[in-house]
Amino acid sequence: MTAFQTVKSLDEALAPIVDGCLLVVPREVSGVPMAATRALLRRGIKNLHLVALPTSSLQADLLIGAGCVGTLETSAVSLGEYGPAPRFTAAILGRSITMKDATCPALHTALQAAEKGVPFMPLRGLIGSDVLKYRDDWKVIDSPFGNDDPIVLLPAIKPDVALFHAPMADRFGNVWIGRQRELATMAHAAEKTIATVEKIHDGNLLDDPVLAAGTLPGFYVESVAVCARGAWPLPLPDHYSADGEHLALYAKMAATAEGFAEYVERYVYERKAA
Amino acid sequence: MNANFRPEELLADQIAQLIGDVRHVAVGNASPIPATAALLARERGNGRPYVSLLGSPKNTFWTDGARELFDCAGQGRIDVFFLSGGQIDGQGNINLVSIGDYDQPKVRFPGSFGSAHLYYVVPKVILFRTEHSRRTLVPRVDFVSAPGASAANVYRPGGPVALITNRCLFSFAQGRFTLVSVHPGHTVAEVVENTGFDFVCPASVPETPAPSPATLKLMREVVAPQLAELYPQFAAQVFGVGTAAFAD
Repeated sequence: MTAFQTVKSLDEALAPIVDGCLLVVPREVSGVPMAATRALLRRGIKNLHLVALPTSSLQADLLIGAGCVGTLETSAVSLGEYGPAPRFTAAILGRSITMKDATCPALHTALQAAEKGVPFMPLRGLIGSDVLKYRDDWKVIDSPFGNDDPIVLLPAIKPDVALFHAPMADRFGNVWIGRQRELATMAHAAEKTIATVEKIHDGNLLDDPVLAAGTLPGFYVESVAVCARGAWPLPLPDHYSADGEHLALYAKMAATAEGFAEYVERYVYERKAA
Repeated sequence: MNANFRPEELLADQIAQLIGDVRHVAVGNASPIPATAALLARERGNGRPYVSLLGSPKNTFWTDGARELFDCAGQGRIDVFFLSGGQIDGQGNINLVSIGDYDQPKVRFPGSFGSAHLYYVVPKVILFRTEHSRRTLVPRVDFVSAPGASAANVYRPGGPVALITNRCLFSFAQGRFTLVSVHPGHTVAEVVENTGFDFVCPASVPETPAPSPATLKLMREVVAPQLAELYPQFAAQVFGVGTAAFAD
């Protein structure tokens, strides 16, 4: 079988992510595509509808701070041990983005609905929460299988693009994601999937049953770009841990708009430390 | 503090006791003290309960992605979970979102995380807040990320059982908090003074017992190094892991 040209340069690979795109990205410990995020900042992407499954840290903060996000749909944004996410907080207080507050399992569930090609999925909890109160796209019905049993229905989230970073891919576009299975859910739900990877695996990942079990088939994958340490300064599970020193530096610099601009100039445009 | 233990160690010991004899304890994001307690419970139980620390590859068994936590919880396969709040009120409502009007907030917190599901379906939810003040423990939260109680027809096998703070331990039942014990160095009067909601205050309130030397040894020597994977800063600050240990 001839390998279709799935492996591309980073900028070529990211081309399907256009202004106004509904983009889904993973949580901090699942392989956050930070090199790709910096490339999107350099391109000056605008008005993203960003879905962070189910939470985000540096990635959402950076995209928000650089004015790339129109709507944010997630369950939390925080720098964890390094404190609140300063640009996210400033954007909410300054009302410069539309926030769709969610709860973690609601996002997983809404993507699973898209995965199955059904219009909605039910989820327990939520009734009596203000998270539900402020989501006019979520509905409560009386379970048709119960007796006075109210339950919440969540509409499917169908992303235009899923974007993540993974340990490796082959030339057929198969991407090894290991046990980060939410990356498969994202890819199944999205129209197109773009993966950045640490390296290219020689051969076909689906030929080895052990590797195949942790592989997202190339069928779902639009493009792949090689970015060594592409999650930096965030961690890539089982490969490298977070660069705590850099995250502390970010938290400090991004505390003000001026400091954030300087951070972007230094680490996004000049790529000194990438 | 003149005692030979740190406040975090007292809280973790208390939380480990609240966990009790269960099969599966899960710990969410930004929860180093509950994580310490869960790992302590696992060490004492020779590997039981199962402990899942969200975000830790070494301390989660899940192979089906991040949703497996919530799927487990929805089925009743998680017995204990921990939640906090920028605000917690006397009805057990928690606020992880914002202060002031939601559309025009004065303060914004990270967000609700999994609380709007887990608070309903995990039988024992232990609330923790290390800043016990009228700012955090309020008469009524500004935003209900998850309510302390639900209407009779709402599916709700879970909910709060306790609230532990830097000053005291409360239990929660029948929709309200009861003061259980006050930590060494703190007083009932100080708890009343710094709590914004009404609670049941028995005539006699005992002091929270100090962790035993055996517990402290287990926490410092066995638990702390495991904690450092997920909470390097906390493990370094509280337990001196990664630096020259225990100067005090």
